[in-house]
Amino acid sequence: MPDLSRWLNAHLWLVYVFLYAPILVLMGLSFNRAGMPTAWTGFSTAWYGKLIESPEITSAAFNTLIVASVSTVIATMLGTALALGVSRRRPSSALEALLFAPMIIPDIVLAIALLSFYTLLGFTLGLHSIILSHVVFNIAFVCAIVRTRLRHFDYSVVEASVDLGASEFTTFLRVTLPMIWPGVLAGALLAFTLSVDEFIIAYFTAGPGSSSTTLPMRIYAMIRFGVTPEINAMATIVMLFSFTLVLVSQRINKGTVTRS
Amino acid sequence: MTPRLRSWLLMLPGIGWLTVFMIVPCLIVFFYSFFERGTYGGIDYIFGFQNFSRAAEPVYRTIFLTSARIALEATLIAVVVAYPAAYAISLAPKARQTRLLLLVMLPFWSNYLIRTYAWIVLLNREGLINRGLRGMGVIDEPLPILYNEFAVVTGLVYNYLPFVILAIYASIQRIDPSLREASEDLGAPGWRTFLRVTLPLTLPGVAAGAVFVFVLSIGNFITPDLLGGGRLQMVGNLIYDQFLSARDWPFGAAVSLVLIFIMMLLLFAQAAAVNRAQDHGRAA
Amino acid sequence: MSGPPVMALDSVTKRFGTVTAVDSVSLELKEGEFFALLGPSGCGKTTLLRILAGFEAPDTGRVMLDGAEITRLRANRRPVNLMFQSYALFPHMTVSGNIAYGLEMERLPRSEIDRRTAEIMDLAELTELAGRRPDQLSGGQRQRVALARALVKRPRVLLLDEPLAALDKKLREQMQIELKRLQHDLGLTFVVVTHDQEEALVMADRLALMEAGRVVQTGGPRDLYENPASRFVAGFIGVTNFFEGTTADGGLATEAHGLLRADATATPGKAATIAVRPERITLAAAATEGLNGARGLIAAVAYHGNDLNIHVAVPGTPRAVVARVDATSEIADRFQPGQTVCCTWRPEHGRLLTE
Repeated sequence: MPDLSRWLNAHLWLVYVFLYAPILVLMGLSFNRAGMPTAWTGFSTAWYGKLIESPEITSAAFNTLIVASVSTVIATMLGTALALGVSRRRPSSALEALLFAPMIIPDIVLAIALLSFYTLLGFTLGLHSIILSHVVFNIAFVCAIVRTRLRHFDYSVVEASVDLGASEFTTFLRVTLPMIWPGVLAGALLAFTLSVDEFIIAYFTAGPGSSSTTLPMRIYAMIRFGVTPEINAMATIVMLFSFTLVLVSQRINKGTVTRS
Repeated sequence: MTPRLRSWLLMLPGIGWLTVFMIVPCLIVFFYSFFERGTYGGIDYIFGFQNFSRAAEPVYRTIFLTSARIALEATLIAVVVAYPAAYAISLAPKARQTRLLLLVMLPFWSNYLIRTYAWIVLLNREGLINRGLRGMGVIDEPLPILYNEFAVVTGLVYNYLPFVILAIYASIQRIDPSLREASEDLGAPGWRTFLRVTLPLTLPGVAAGAVFVFVLSIGNFITPDLLGGGRLQMVGNLIYDQFLSARDWPFGAAVSLVLIFIMMLLLFAQAAAVNRAQDHGRAA
Repeated sequence: MSGPPVMALDSVTKRFGTVTAVDSVSLELKEGEFFALLGPSGCGKTTLLRILAGFEAPDTGRVMLDGAEITRLRANRRPVNLMFQSYALFPHMTVSGNIAYGLEMERLPRSEIDRRTAEIMDLAELTELAGRRPDQLSGGQRQRVALARALVKRPRVLLLDEPLAALDKKLREQMQIELKRLQHDLGLTFVVVTHDQEEALVMADRLALMEAGRVVQTGGPRDLYENPASRFVAGFIGVTNFFEGTTADGGLATEAHGLLRADATATPGKAATIAVRPERITLAAAATEGLNGARGLIAAVAYHGNDLNIHVAVPGTPRAVVARVDATSEIADRFQPGQTVCCTWRPEHGRLLTE
């Protein structure tokens, strides 16, 4: 059916245009001297310069990196351990539900739940509360990715190691971990990306004060309350950053990004 | 140490974290929904169902129905657009398929605030679409395509399209290719093979993807907030308002509960339908 | 091949939930012998192997090594090594890395590790492949690496779990001889688990046939082939013809063929069979004096290159009787499907089995 496939391919390319046009427009605009799409007045990187000069933006970026790094490290350790524990046996549906819940629950509901929780405990809010909250959904994603990797794991290799005289710990260190490492790394990169981009949970659990503002919170404020042209440069950088992380993750752990 | 004990020890920290930072907060929300808003925005611990009866009032019922309608529109459009795209990818040579899929998924992993903002740029009166259409002489006045339902649906479709494409693609891949060949061998032309064999067999996967998108759309906050211009209230915005402006946390909690309830209902219905489909036996 | 047993199992039982995988099994493994655990799938042979290796702890009974009890000793502390059916090579290590791994666990000095690794790679013709990873090797090469990895530790007993199952027929037959030669040259004790009775007969010095968790018969290949203890053993090992009837004075009373003579030690009146090997059956035109005979119709003649298997439909037998005829013999061409023929055999070549 050559005709049909030609139509299908045309449709596919239209879909790609639809998906990438907005992104490309933003990227183009970031280099527009005029800043807004009213007219193209020439190529300029001025807006990028203004970004770096703005202390609110740089401190927000710094905060975001801290939150993402710490929550990723915690979530990767817990999520990997969770995946290892769950993989040898068929998990009950309750356990499966628990592992999937953080990914399905609407982020606004999780956000208000966490806010209520912290308020009830009298917990002061700040970057630390964002970190604690981000770990929640990151655990689920890391666990899911590592579990996918473990599904094709040949457990007789673990027994072989023990048979050859290795202790449980040595076996984990020299056999299991190296074999699942690409999956763990990919999960970590994904968790990092999600944390960097996450807005609403951060918004609710950051508390007052600009010392705990993350980059998405600042972007939201910029969009809602005063669009300035730096935002296009900001958008471009953030997107390129995400793309790079995803591509690296895909490289390390072939096919996981599409499979999960 | 027995294997069982070791498994549980490994899972303990993760489960513990999820219990403390997800289950407990959700339980708190559950309990809050039965209480009342205190005079200064705190909580009055008076037990009752008033929040739920309030949620059933016409004002809020409309919000739920609007959210459902918008989510449904977005889901249907996404499915209709995604299916041919997924099919096209599945017809491509094996080596290219991974790359095509990756290209589809990349936007999905970028910041959703920014993706939504991009549509503000495109859709506003001075935005590219309007200026392009005016420049070509198609229209005289700029189209009001921002800060309304159209923009919100577009934004939702844009957000979730890659996911639906992936889900449908996976569903198509799972079909045994010899089934298509058998259909051809028995005399069916291409389109009939599609209608009678491929489509029915991929339907469960499509439905799963659709339910997922619907559930994600209905609880979405950012898209209606940024693209709806404050005029369009969906459930997500309602919850946000109750917690940050109206400071009626119990009511917000009740609304959240209703939202979760609807979601669970849909997910269970879908799981049940999948089970029934598997009982009827799929083509081996 | 004499002296105290190198390993012994004493009334070992292992249950998984409601299933008894190993039912009060006692076995002895002699030093330097090639032992086979044979049986259909689900008979418990693999579980038994894993108990020897230390991956399963028996519910009751003892496991002994060189006279000392090692029942609770963990697998990584036993001088017993297992070659896995799937080979279980470490995919992220090279061939030499895989082989050296077990020696590293013994905390030997680096120089000795390298020396012994090089030595065994030379023996197994793996030296050229030392730097490759498992996914760059063929099936046969991977098997050699798995074997080398276990052997380099010089275990007291080497356990092999269906080592030849993944190979095609010709390679399998080659490897059977290779393994036997290797075991003999090294003088180690080998225990092989297999479901292929021909393989067990070729390779083993002694074998144990298992069914439903129990050892049904132990002995040399000849013992099990020529003197099967039960109908199950007779049917599992090689091809057997069964003639059914009731025990009587002097042999077996059958409906269609009268009294078939056999060594009768059983009480009369019980349901029994006589088991006869195909090569012991001579086909004649009519009953012959002094021989047992059963008439039937030739159903098929199967040509196997060096011999003919002639399938005769005989009343009172569960399947067609198979008689083996040398293809080069002069009478070979005489047999055609449809002919009436009499299957004859000497009474001492038939075993009377009551169970």
